[in-house]
Amino acid sequence: MMPSKDAARGAKRRDFLKTAGAVTLGAATLGAPAIVRAQAKTLNIGLLLPKSGTLAFLGQSCQKGADIAAEVCAQLGYKVNIKLMSADFESNVDLSRARAEKLISEGAHMLVGPFDSGAAGAIAQVAEQKGVPFVINIAAAPQITEQGYKFVFRNFFTAGQLVGNGLKLMKELFVATKTQPKSAVYMHVNDTFGMANKGAIDKLYPGANLGMELKASIAYDPAARDLSVEVAKAKATGADVLMVTTRINDAILLVREMVKQRWEPMGIINPGSPGLYEQQFFATLGKYSDYCITNVAWSDPKSAVTDMAKAAWAKKFPKDPWEGNILNAGFTIEAIMICADAFQRAGSTDGKALADALRKTKIEKKIMLGGPIEFDAKGQNNNIISACLQNRSGWARVVLPSDKAERPPIFPMPGWGNRGA
Amino acid sequence: MSDLYLNAAVGGALTGLVYGLMALGLSVIFGVVRVVNFAHGEMMTGAMYGAILLAQAFKLDPLVAMAPIAIGMFLLGYGLQRGLVNSFVQRPEHTQFMLMVAVAIILTNSQLIAFGPNARNVQVDYALDSYQFGALIIDKVRIFAAIAALAVSGALFAFFRFTLTGRAIRACADNYLGAQVVGLNVKHLYGLTFGIGAACLGAAGCLLLLLLDVTPLQGPSYTLLAFIIVIVGGMGSLTGALLSGLLVGVSEALAGVAFDPSAKSMFTFALLILVLLFRPQGLLGRRP
Repeated sequence: MMPSKDAARGAKRRDFLKTAGAVTLGAATLGAPAIVRAQAKTLNIGLLLPKSGTLAFLGQSCQKGADIAAEVCAQLGYKVNIKLMSADFESNVDLSRARAEKLISEGAHMLVGPFDSGAAGAIAQVAEQKGVPFVINIAAAPQITEQGYKFVFRNFFTAGQLVGNGLKLMKELFVATKTQPKSAVYMHVNDTFGMANKGAIDKLYPGANLGMELKASIAYDPAARDLSVEVAKAKATGADVLMVTTRINDAILLVREMVKQRWEPMGIINPGSPGLYEQQFFATLGKYSDYCITNVAWSDPKSAVTDMAKAAWAKKFPKDPWEGNILNAGFTIEAIMICADAFQRAGSTDGKALADALRKTKIEKKIMLGGPIEFDAKGQNNNIISACLQNRSGWARVVLPSDKAERPPIFPMPGWGNRGA
Repeated sequence: MSDLYLNAAVGGALTGLVYGLMALGLSVIFGVVRVVNFAHGEMMTGAMYGAILLAQAFKLDPLVAMAPIAIGMFLLGYGLQRGLVNSFVQRPEHTQFMLMVAVAIILTNSQLIAFGPNARNVQVDYALDSYQFGALIIDKVRIFAAIAALAVSGALFAFFRFTLTGRAIRACADNYLGAQVVGLNVKHLYGLTFGIGAACLGAAGCLLLLLLDVTPLQGPSYTLLAFIIVIVGGMGSLTGALLSGLLVGVSEALAGVAFDPSAKSMFTFALLILVLLFRPQGLLGRRP
């Protein structure tokens, strides 16, 4: 039997109503997660770090900082649940992008990391595309905050700030020790971070008036297996001071090679990079790690938050001293504090709301030296300051500025053979 | 400036001798079995981890660990050849290639699982000591490693020249069919050859551990380096491999001094291209 015209029309109308109802119900169902997300009490933080590969030690050190960050945040009164979603990008910039995308697809509301400028640049692009705020713990390449990104925030120096502060402290060091070296040679890694620092040195060194001729710059691969030629070349310049921009494995190789080649400059000074103050550096080189100098951001010994972090660290990692992890752990804890603070004020996990809250950040109670944490229009915190650290008896100690100094600086450093057993 | 070149050249030569020993293993295996061992570097990193375990367990210096590691690697190489590679000897080259690449991948990932991705080394008391002869400063570990590499290479040359088994292996390399006709146990000799090549790797791994840290992911770069050395020296030529190792070590070091140190490995590849262009059979290789 053929259906009547009306019946057919009625059937269509009923079908339409069913479909419309289903669509409405579906839309409501699909919309529900957004509502749930907006009311969420838990903040999912995607933590991207190089926990294996050439930067493994540094990434693992940052991870440990992240592991105690929730406890520090709770002690500071932040009433938020933090869920850390960790990813290892294996010290491989190409992998950092994929890991960031994966974390976002798995529900990360904010990204934190990555202790590497190359990776930071790649992750920033993903964060911007997906509208997920990215808080950089450590990465100094200036271009990261020069792209007009709206979701990228950096609580760390730019290479220019890092090197500028580093050179200023070098001048203070020479004045404090009444020693004026005549020349320097600069050895640096040739990755994104190293080249950014090299650019900053080229730009700022002539105006720094250090009274030292910069005889040569020598680049090398951070994954180099052997630095004998590089060190021989630096030694041949006859420079009084070796300035370095290192990572960690290369910093160890470099000093080992200096000892083997019996090169004893007046000092090894790092105007702002990791390597010389890390726990692994002390553990591997022993007495040869002493007297190296690094001008870099450091924890404020007079801050109550530093004490909280130190106590939480000692409880969680009793065998790994806080002093060997200060910069990595300190900036990572602060990055998570920044996220918690923004989430608490935003009351939402929506990317835009979180980014808006981040732009209004002002955190006075903090770990690292400098003024309050706040971001300029580019997402850069410009209130961080450096300290001059010198390795003494297996620890990095603040030797300048003098009002924060734990010990007076020793410069020139004693020769390799004059350091006891 | 001449002091700088002298120091770099001597250091490069000493490291090059160890590289040469590493490449000898590849050359021996290819020269006789005619199978290109694409798992060469991965087998060597395995030997380096073996030396680290011996150092941790028995405080064994890598120089001392060379003997047990070489024996262990010999047995492993013999077993690998008889159990796996032997059935591929008569198969097309691309099949052999795929087999050895698969072995390499398995080795790398096994090492990653067992030891993790971080760099490891063995700290010996004399690691930072050096000798000074006027302007020339040479670090102790490099001298020890080079002397040991020369001694192992000398023993290998003597084995192939003066022992009956060595001569039989050379006969297999020269004429496979002829060796079978005169009654040589070719399969066993192939196994021995693979074992000897692997033992060379074991020794080279222990020596390299004195100079460099090890990670599982370094395997492919060692394989590549060994290939360059063997191709430059001449496939199957033992003297060529040693000489080429020396040449690569010195050229890398001198290029690092004369040009940019971060571009030094580029000169190794330039050397390879020159040899392929003007002497395709390698420096001491025979024309096909």
